[in-house]
Amino acid sequence: MDLILEGIKKAFWLLIHMDNEVMRITLLSLKVSGLATFISLALGIPLGTVLALSRFPGRGIIISLVNTSMGLPPVVVGLFVTIMLWRGGPLAVLHLLYTPSAMVIAQTIIAAPIITGLSLAAIQQLDPKLLLQIKALGASRLQMGWFLLREARLPLLAAMMAGFGGVISEIGASIMVGGNILGHTRVLTTATVMETSKGNFDTAIALGLLLLLLAYSINFTLTIIQQREAFYGRAHFRG
Amino acid sequence: MKKKILVFIALVLSIILSGPVLSAEKVKDIILATTTSTQDSGLLDVLIPVFEKEAGYVVKTIAVGSGQAMAMGERGEADVLLVHSPEAEEKFLAQGLGINRRLVMHNDFIIVGPAKDPARIKGLKSAPMAFKHISEAKALFLSRGDNSGTHAKEKSLWKLAGIDPSTEKWYQQTGLGMGQTLAVASEKGGYCLTDRATYLALKKNLYLSILLQGDKSLLNIYHVIEVNPARWPKVNSDGAKSFRAFMVSKEAQRIIEGFGKDKFGQPLFFPDAGKREEALGK
Repeated sequence: MDLILEGIKKAFWLLIHMDNEVMRITLLSLKVSGLATFISLALGIPLGTVLALSRFPGRGIIISLVNTSMGLPPVVVGLFVTIMLWRGGPLAVLHLLYTPSAMVIAQTIIAAPIITGLSLAAIQQLDPKLLLQIKALGASRLQMGWFLLREARLPLLAAMMAGFGGVISEIGASIMVGGNILGHTRVLTTATVMETSKGNFDTAIALGLLLLLLAYSINFTLTIIQQREAFYGRAHFRG
Repeated sequence: MKKKILVFIALVLSIILSGPVLSAEKVKDIILATTTSTQDSGLLDVLIPVFEKEAGYVVKTIAVGSGQAMAMGERGEADVLLVHSPEAEEKFLAQGLGINRRLVMHNDFIIVGPAKDPARIKGLKSAPMAFKHISEAKALFLSRGDNSGTHAKEKSLWKLAGIDPSTEKWYQQTGLGMGQTLAVASEKGGYCLTDRATYLALKKNLYLSILLQGDKSLLNIYHVIEVNPARWPKVNSDGAKSFRAFMVSKEAQRIIEGFGKDKFGQPLFFPDAGKREEALGK
């Protein structure tokens, strides 16, 4: 019990003093996972939309692949990316191993299927009559896609939160492809593991709390946007 | 509402793009593959910044077990190694994988266990003898089981004791680092072989006492090895050479000597540059 109190005290101390190292680690966590989430959105939403709206042979296979990949184990992704980026690996020329970019790549591989799968579900649960109506009004494919995305924006925000939550809390891939290097690739999760094995449990708890705080504030903002949208959307509909 | 979403997205993007996340770092980097004990004890946090400042290199420390560190060297995925698994190191050199192996420092392994000492090893002088007692008492023993330097040392001690514990119920392998394995031993009331530095760093949270120390077979010797650039042309050989030279320099050796004295009341490592391995512990 003392330990938890010590950890909470330490967390406040670190926050109030804006400890340089901790701030850098927190900011890097945010940058890496934020960038990975945005790349995943850019890939996942179009892919999910196309999968939801089109019919072609093998579609079922691809969708079940996407759904399976929503639970990709981060360590497996980390191992795969490490082997690709090694000096002896096929992508060695990029010189990316043990850099934040490598972490962005690994986290994108983790988040993209989550966002693709949830976008697919979001578009599919829209009223099929809506689709017919838009078609009847003579919308082009692009216009139709844009309209559907706007209609599905609430579940899409949820997809974004799920993707971000998946990568900000992930450790297996980050520690493998990043290496937990001080000042370069140390993020909140890898630092927490290291402080635990150093026996600095109070610092580890403090870093863990910072991670939760970060995840909470991002999701809080997104949720506020989502819920207001839901409220005004309904009000607008009624009006 | 759409405006707010756009503002939020723009905000996040500007945070993301404000840093050099996508720039590839190279050339001036040295990849140091080392054991967890040098990082977990905090020694590297003191040594590396001094080296970086002097030599102008950026050291990327990958802290893994000695076995994995050498496996990285074997594939040319590291430039320089700081490891503590002498037998495996000699094999590494014999295979032409490494060059310029230099003695850096030593400390020692200790056998720790619950204070009530069910296998009664306290007072014994020899580590293999203590292992024999543990095996006869079928007392719980926690092994790293991860091919680290500590695990290699532990296996060699079982061999000296003439026992193969790998299939025994009282012998459990964690597959974790030293700190976590000590935590498991502490919770389960088991015996464990550990390096002194990690034990001292974690002692305040452990229910484990030192039960055997000082046996010469328990020496823990650290060497620095350059990965052979003739084998792997991509290796940063200048950086490796510079790091090797630094580790045996007077300055680094003085830092090693003083490290931990203020915090633990005793040094965690003993500098040995220039000494012969056989002369240690005498």
